[in-house]
Amino acid sequence: MSDMTETAGPVLAADGTPLKRSLARALRQQKLRALFLIAPLLLFILISFILPVVDMLYRSVQNGIVSKTLPNTVVALADWDATTGELPEEAVYAALAVDLKAAAEQKIHTKVGTRLNYENPGMSSLFRKTGRKAKKFDLETGGPWKETLIDINKGWGEHDNWRTLQTYSPPITSGYFLNAVDMRVGTDGPEMRPEDEQIYMKLLGRTLWMSMAITSCCILLAYPVAWLLANLPARKANLLMILVLLPFWTSLLVRTSAWKILLQQQGVINDILVYIGLVADDSRLVIINNQFGTITAMTHILLPFMILPMYSVMQTINPSYLRAAKSLGATDWTAFWRVYFPQTVPGIGAGSILVFILAIGYYITPALVGGTKGTFISNQIAFHISTSLNWGLASALGAILLAVVLVLYWAYDKIVGIDNVKLG
Amino acid sequence: MADSASNDAFVEFDRVQKSYDGETLVVKDLNLSLPRGEFLTMLGPSGSGKTTCLMMLAGFETATHGDIRLGGTSINNIPPHKRGIGMVFQNYALFPHMTIAENLSFPLEVRKMGKSEREEKIKRALDMVEMGAFGGRRPAQLSGGQQQRVALARALVFEPELVLMDEPLGALDKQLREKMQFEITNLAHNLGITTVYVTHDQTEALTMSDRVAVFDDGRIQQLDPPDTLYEAPKNSFVAQFIGENNTLEGIVKEINNGVALVQLDDGDIIDCMPVHESVKPGARTRVSIRPERVEYNKDRIQEGAHTLKAEVKEFIYMGDIFRTRLSVAGNDEFIIKTRNAPDVDRLKPGQQIEIGWLPEDCRALDA
Repeated sequence: MSDMTETAGPVLAADGTPLKRSLARALRQQKLRALFLIAPLLLFILISFILPVVDMLYRSVQNGIVSKTLPNTVVALADWDATTGELPEEAVYAALAVDLKAAAEQKIHTKVGTRLNYENPGMSSLFRKTGRKAKKFDLETGGPWKETLIDINKGWGEHDNWRTLQTYSPPITSGYFLNAVDMRVGTDGPEMRPEDEQIYMKLLGRTLWMSMAITSCCILLAYPVAWLLANLPARKANLLMILVLLPFWTSLLVRTSAWKILLQQQGVINDILVYIGLVADDSRLVIINNQFGTITAMTHILLPFMILPMYSVMQTINPSYLRAAKSLGATDWTAFWRVYFPQTVPGIGAGSILVFILAIGYYITPALVGGTKGTFISNQIAFHISTSLNWGLASALGAILLAVVLVLYWAYDKIVGIDNVKLG
Repeated sequence: MADSASNDAFVEFDRVQKSYDGETLVVKDLNLSLPRGEFLTMLGPSGSGKTTCLMMLAGFETATHGDIRLGGTSINNIPPHKRGIGMVFQNYALFPHMTIAENLSFPLEVRKMGKSEREEKIKRALDMVEMGAFGGRRPAQLSGGQQQRVALARALVFEPELVLMDEPLGALDKQLREKMQFEITNLAHNLGITTVYVTHDQTEALTMSDRVAVFDDGRIQQLDPPDTLYEAPKNSFVAQFIGENNTLEGIVKEINNGVALVQLDDGDIIDCMPVHESVKPGARTRVSIRPERVEYNKDRIQEGAHTLKAEVKEFIYMGDIFRTRLSVAGNDEFIIKTRNAPDVDRLKPGQQIEIGWLPEDCRALDA
């Protein structure tokens, strides 16, 4: 020891190499082995999770289709000043004719039409109809193109359509995001859509508050169950644990359908209420296909995710804390509230994060029992992915959802502290 | 605190029984009374019912039968938080989410004490256990011994007249444990608190207590001051449990003038003190002799001592003492302890020697 401390400079190993380097060499083997062991999982996560998320984020701003399909038009249109209110010049129309002919021959003109239709309804048919004729354009002798095109479809004489084309010609666009927050690009830059066209922000707000309601319901219902689980004798606790885990053995669809049967107007609960006379037969309660239905069914489905972290935290709390509190003079309630409860907060935190994040992205259950009032933003995302095929907008909505979750996570870290989350 | 009532029983167990399952009794018939200011230790192997007794006194378990009285009034139906009994737990049970000062403040807050009074008492209690500088720390930042002191301070801060301790030193290392034994006893005597202390460590029980109650099988086997307990155990269990002990088995031949003649299983006859009530002519008995009361140096064996032949099996040099294992009257585990002195022979295995003890050190107990 003593001769090592005397040497100035880096500490040397027995063979004269710096100690740090020989330590790194000694550990390299271990690190490589560790990396090798986690490589399959790492690759799997990279391919099936990270890359799709990055791709989704990119899709939400990507707009290459316009400049790729209509390259000449985009260049020619760059100098056009939309604010003058006049239509573009002949050169732009000529460029459009060249582009449209080429696009129509490759049959890709409808795609750009669909893309622009998201921003300005009517553009899809404009491109489709023009495209049919464009294949026969004689680029040498045809023209003047301005009159010809307007002749084919009046749409080419509308200033608004040209403005849309110009606005969405850059390869990167904020259009999807503006759309996702109920805005659009107006003549003076971004503006709110009219009141009756605003859906997404309302939906996001509803998703957030309903997820919070579900989380709160889960906390209230799970706390006593978790307490019982942690405090019953082992045999009874095991039985209760099986009951808690039972829903996991049943398909999500089956559980949700069961709620449909229970809650519908001719369903079990209404029948019982009518039978015992609490509700008149002609005024059966509407407790499904609305927010109540969604909150009920989702609370049930997500409850185990709240119980389990709470249980594992409660299990670690030694019963002698409560005894100590009582021996020091605390009533049952004071002992619970000042000694037991604070120690279970990490479990509540872990459960809440889990349930909230699961709830905010849920879409099967809201789709089945939510009706129109009880659906979530993820139902809209699913709609745009599979039905309207507007993946850009779906991606933008998804990105916003992701951002909201991250912000809430950050807020939670600031307020409660992420170190305070315990799963056991 | 010592007043005219100090002779009266302060804590009293009156024919207390306890059963958890309705089939077996964990505490069979407990009668115990201790005066104000006494330090009483409940000592016994695990499962002997000592902790259950403590929990009944604290109010965390209810007695199945019988009466527990504190200061003359029955406390059977008083909930734990109204008993005003301080308690130190085995794992200290310091609230992990509170600082040390907050932990000590807790019993004062639930008693609705004012802030300045609280602070003064907390300071006094922490100073008392030499932890004054640690008020702002959390329990997890303290060592085991420090946590122990804080737990003690917390149990004392609200000035209870009775303090219960459930194996409070079990988790500490030997040196620290000995130090704390001394400190706890001093503190308890200086403050004049009545203390009921539970342990399975007999050294702890002997060094700390005014009286020790030895528990086994749900009963108090013997309740006496430490010296009586060690020197005059009343039955085999106590003799075995407290300190080291040699046992020889045999049959009682006759009892004359308070001396029993016991024929050991190999035929030797020895004189003993008949102690246990079952020692009657014809009955089997176990004779108990303490290792340090046996001599083998001829000039040290006193007049009137009883002698037997023995063979040395093992001789261990332990510094201050020699520990020798002998084969005596068919018992190969007969241990004797001899103080290291210049005139004491060091034995060798296989050596044949003669050992001797005084009849009054040899106690005939139950078989």
